[in-house]
Amino acid sequence: MKTDDLIKMLAADNASVAPPISRTMVLALAAGMALAAAHFFTVLAVRPDFSYAITHEARFIFKFVFTLGLALPAGLLVLRLARPDGTAGVWKWLLILPLALLAIAVGLEMQVVPADHWRAAAMGSMPVACMKYIPLLSLTPLLAMLIALRAGAPSNPTAAGAAAGLVSAGIAAALYATFCADDSPMFVAIWYVIGISIVVAIGALAGNRLLRW
Amino acid sequence: MRAAIGGDEAAYRRLLTDLSRALRATVRRGFAGVSARPNEVEDVVQEVMLAIHLKRHTWDQTKPIGPWIMAIARNKMIDDLRRKGRRTEVPIDGMLEILEAGGHEDAIHAHDVNRVLSGLNGRNREIVQAITLDGHSALDVANRLGMTEVAVRVALHRSLKALAETYQETKT
Repeated sequence: MKTDDLIKMLAADNASVAPPISRTMVLALAAGMALAAAHFFTVLAVRPDFSYAITHEARFIFKFVFTLGLALPAGLLVLRLARPDGTAGVWKWLLILPLALLAIAVGLEMQVVPADHWRAAAMGSMPVACMKYIPLLSLTPLLAMLIALRAGAPSNPTAAGAAAGLVSAGIAAALYATFCADDSPMFVAIWYVIGISIVVAIGALAGNRLLRW
Repeated sequence: MRAAIGGDEAAYRRLLTDLSRALRATVRRGFAGVSARPNEVEDVVQEVMLAIHLKRHTWDQTKPIGPWIMAIARNKMIDDLRRKGRRTEVPIDGMLEILEAGGHEDAIHAHDVNRVLSGLNGRNREIVQAITLDGHSALDVANRLGMTEVAVRVALHRSLKALAETYQETKT
């Protein structure tokens, strides 16, 4: 095929332009969040003391600081990485913040809780459920974001997939946190982090396979 | 590009023509060390242009377009070098097994593109030919073939996507 012929074809196809990728991504994120919330309310429920805990229990509040603190910068990252010229740049360092806060919270918890109670605090009451539900609740937002990213053109498909995984996991973990009765930062640092890491790994693998263009 | 996205087909055609020249120089420079033949350069130029076309909604209109174009060109050039690299780095003593296993050709050739175009069903091929050979607009083609303009546009867009997927399939 001659390049001039290709130009004619492309010019004739001028009207086919898709909506801006940022709009597609934001819509996918909103749809994914709504689906994850619907999923949450069908299988789980907000814990009965929610309105008290969210105003009085620092440990409970911190679970949202951490999970949403991951989801927010990851959301900004995935918007950037959807474009061919988008790089993680300095934005990826924002992810250090929630992790540093978690480390500080764990340190404080170790000061407050006597050493012979650490094990009980870290294991909580339902560690396995946490590891199970964070990935499960992430599925719909991750799927929505991956579909939207296929319309994008990420230069680094693996990183874009991982960032999509992190947004989804952050949202899922925040939803799960409203149900979960285990509030110790030590519990969060182990079981939430494992659940979130699983989703990030799935996102990276899926990105690597599905987001090439 | 802004005018093109706004619907100005003539502006888009001018842009694409200028772009093809600039890209040809860029690809030639990028492949300076690998002694690419002219038709290989042209294949990559076409692949980049197709990607720019199908992904033009990923350009952030508040930013300069140059870096965005270069990012796409760089990606496609790396893909192409990778395909070629795999072809040339295969050790000779492993070659027999690969041939026996029916190893497929990694690199895409001009004839692959032509095969896709000729593999289009009759209607789509007529549309592509009318647009490329005779330079008709989608509306003219629609009138001539007794189709709606929308149907012509959809068929053309599908053909272009099929073309992009041919590059994609030879990649993994």
